[in-house]
Amino acid sequence: MSATTQSPASNQPGAGKGTGNTPRDGRTGAPARTTELVSWKAGIGLGLLAILGTVLFGFLANTKSAGFRIAEARDPNASSAAAWITLAVALAAAAYVGYRWINQRREGAAVDRWIPATTIAAVVVLGLAALGVARVEKITVPSTALGWICSIVLLALAGYACFLTLQRRRTPGWLGGSFAVVFLVGFMIWIVAGGRDPEPSISLGGLMAGAVTLAVPLVFGSLSGVLCERAGVVNIAIEGQLLLGAFSAAVVATVTGNVYVGLISAAVAGALVSLVLAVVSIKYLVNQIIVGVVLNVLISGLTSFLFSTLLTADPEHLNKPGRLQAVDIPFLADIPIIGPILFHQSLVGYLMYVAVIVVYVGLFHTKWGLRVRAVGEHPQAADTVGINVNRTRFINVLMGGAIAGIGGSFFTLVSVDAFSKDMSGGRGYIALAAMIFGRWNPVGAFLAALLFGFADNLQSIITIIGSPVPSQFMAMLPYALTVIAVAGLVGRSRPPAADGIPYVKG
Amino acid sequence: MSEKTTPEPQAPGHNDAADPADIQVPGGTTPEAAASDVVLDTAGGQMPPSAVPAATQRRSRDRDQDSSGSVLHQIFTGNAMVSLLSVLLAIVLGGILMAVTNPKVAAASGYFFAQPGDLLTEVIRPYTALVQGSIFNWAGADLGAQLYPITETLTVATPLICAGLGVALAFRAGLFNIGAQGQIIFGALFGAYSGFAWHLPIGLHLLVVIIAGLVGGAVWGGVVGLLKARTGAHEVIVTIMLNYIANFLLLFLLTTPAFQRKGSTNPISPFLDSTALFPELLGPQFRLHAGFLAAIVATVFVWWLLNRSTIGFEFRAVGANPNAARTAGINVARSTILVMAVAGALAGLAGVAQVSGTEKYLSGGVAASIGFDAITVALLGRSTPWGTFFAGLLFGAFRAGGVAMQAQTQTPIDIVLVIQSLIVLFIAAPPLVRAIFGLNPRKKKTTTSGTAGSRTGGVKSGAAA
Repeated sequence: MSATTQSPASNQPGAGKGTGNTPRDGRTGAPARTTELVSWKAGIGLGLLAILGTVLFGFLANTKSAGFRIAEARDPNASSAAAWITLAVALAAAAYVGYRWINQRREGAAVDRWIPATTIAAVVVLGLAALGVARVEKITVPSTALGWICSIVLLALAGYACFLTLQRRRTPGWLGGSFAVVFLVGFMIWIVAGGRDPEPSISLGGLMAGAVTLAVPLVFGSLSGVLCERAGVVNIAIEGQLLLGAFSAAVVATVTGNVYVGLISAAVAGALVSLVLAVVSIKYLVNQIIVGVVLNVLISGLTSFLFSTLLTADPEHLNKPGRLQAVDIPFLADIPIIGPILFHQSLVGYLMYVAVIVVYVGLFHTKWGLRVRAVGEHPQAADTVGINVNRTRFINVLMGGAIAGIGGSFFTLVSVDAFSKDMSGGRGYIALAAMIFGRWNPVGAFLAALLFGFADNLQSIITIIGSPVPSQFMAMLPYALTVIAVAGLVGRSRPPAADGIPYVKG
Repeated sequence: MSEKTTPEPQAPGHNDAADPADIQVPGGTTPEAAASDVVLDTAGGQMPPSAVPAATQRRSRDRDQDSSGSVLHQIFTGNAMVSLLSVLLAIVLGGILMAVTNPKVAAASGYFFAQPGDLLTEVIRPYTALVQGSIFNWAGADLGAQLYPITETLTVATPLICAGLGVALAFRAGLFNIGAQGQIIFGALFGAYSGFAWHLPIGLHLLVVIIAGLVGGAVWGGVVGLLKARTGAHEVIVTIMLNYIANFLLLFLLTTPAFQRKGSTNPISPFLDSTALFPELLGPQFRLHAGFLAAIVATVFVWWLLNRSTIGFEFRAVGANPNAARTAGINVARSTILVMAVAGALAGLAGVAQVSGTEKYLSGGVAASIGFDAITVALLGRSTPWGTFFAGLLFGAFRAGGVAMQAQTQTPIDIVLVIQSLIVLFIAAPPLVRAIFGLNPRKKKTTTSGTAGSRTGGVKSGAAA
């Protein structure tokens, strides 16, 4: 189940999704039949999407051109140096990883899991650095021509998938990945070209930076979910954890006059919600989903009530936390394009990177993580070898709550500097979706959260430039993708085996 | 605790077992269906489905109570006591919360010990307003004004009951239907469209609207069942996501010419034809409409379905133990799809009650938070049809009274949410309530004393002997 154990089957995890059906084939008893049936799903799905793409990007294309502004760095000299260095580093990294990849391929050995993803990342960074070095400020593309090109590529990819299916071969991961990328490119061009202006354009840097910012609470929330569910406790209460974190951060930061204390109190508040979840569901064995749903309602009611009675009565002394200012990381922030997107964050934003890395390494590369996953997959076995199942779950749920609480502080300490009713606005559920879409893996959840943040930000940008796509459909995207992911139409999301089942010893 | 055998130890066994259904559906039920089966597994099918099958992992003491015959019997045994104590506890906690946050109380706290009566008055005042706004307003000028609150309660309770029934029915079949919200929206969408776009004769029109609403909800619920049955996607996740999709779809449609009211810039639909509306039961000065009768009919229907029909038996069998049901020849996939469709239809009826009775037009907030309240209603009603009915009435009273309370005493209506969720939390965890009230019979294991679980315990042991 764990991501590490499925390595031999899936050589190329596409762009975080679209691995199709690779992991299953090796195990099933009747390969021919299964392959045939499973693969058709990919072929038909891609085919439908390709037709949709052709209709939208090709036939419904706009005659206008689409412009993509690229954000500039603040200090040209510093950024130029940074760009060159990044370029060199990315080039070296890409060459080294690519060399290893080809080498391993040639030897016929299984390619290490991290190599394809790393190569793609290095190449992307390389490209961005090259843009920075060349000081490109704006890319303008003719939308009709590129729309048609994208449509044809999509159709070709879908056709290839169907061809492979006919040959009873499975659809490789790169196909789904590149399909997604081409679709995204075509979609972006189509959207931008549909804008109100005669020469519509959007700021790509701004779009990405906004996406990362919007993803911050989602990432924290989904990490909370990962920690809980890997230990076998379903955490629907992410929404409540975020909300109470936001509330407590606002109040405590205002009362103490110190945002950092507010940040800590947010973590405590999140853990408090988790404590209730843990006590009621682990100790009293109440269904975890019920507790989660009820906790969300409870926290929503509680914070709204306190907001209406106390905070609105005296906002000066209770609801005026300062802000956590964005901090630049000295050299990295100067890198053109990438720097402002990734390294111009508030403390909470940087904590997000740290949390993702810590949770990932902790879960998959430490003894503790192995135990946690054992508890989530097979508590009886874990108990047999001497792991205290319920204590592990308890601790994990508390940690998850603390992490989600920190995510909640984003709302009141970074995004807006005051608490308002239900300000998490269902992001806890999107975080849940991100966790599932990311296949219960911290890095996957991080990428999924970024994607959802991107969709969120794109939605507001679409509204601003007046594009033909109703913004509601963009808002729907994360949820629709999640349904598709859990239904197994794109890859397969499978929860830990003991997820949601309380453990009773004996 | 240790002597109570729970299904958990067998869980991995189910997981590894090659289920026939898994082979039937190569699309990939394999791990997930089995896993979710395990989640929803009750006590290995040895007893009738518990009120909340998904909450199976409670003590067997609580499960025993579910098997204890008639509704009346249940009410007067442990469950009722725990429910009563839960409500009491929640109200007390809500009172404390109001006391702590009330500025007058803060001012009065100086002489709190001198005159605790003042503090008590401040806490009791909102609750008095709540009762006045939900049951009987003794300050009303005439009988109409005095009875207005209770009709308001029934009006508000109508969609809660319908949607709650949908959630409860799915619970009984072992499915966690968080998606009542989306299903209400779809029911309202279909119902409202047929209500304002088509112009049919009186009588027929309302019927068409109701059927359209039922179909709308059934479609949205059936999708969940279909995905669950065909691919093993967990229904909790799917329903949560479909709620949002339905909501955004509604918001989008309300901006299209087909749905938006002519000459209005707001995203609201035209008013429904008068022929498409539920008739008012008590005249135009009350909002109570015939939708409430529909809710009663729906309750009877669900009772009949669950307790008297073959399909309902299959639902319960699947809810109790999908593997056993499968072995017994029940088509689990079909049951799953069907139960979600029926649950969706019931929620769709709630949507119809909203657009065709209470609101009379379609707006973005048509479902308000009914879908989520419905979950708590079903939980409070322990997933029995009549339990859900009365739980719906109670929460309707809270809602209706909450509005009056907010108007009269400036206590935010959010306190109602707090009280509601506390009630459900306590009811879901009877041991917690017992522990709080010191009724926990764990200390005296076999002998039964105290109030709550004890009587059933006694009955049970008698039956066993």
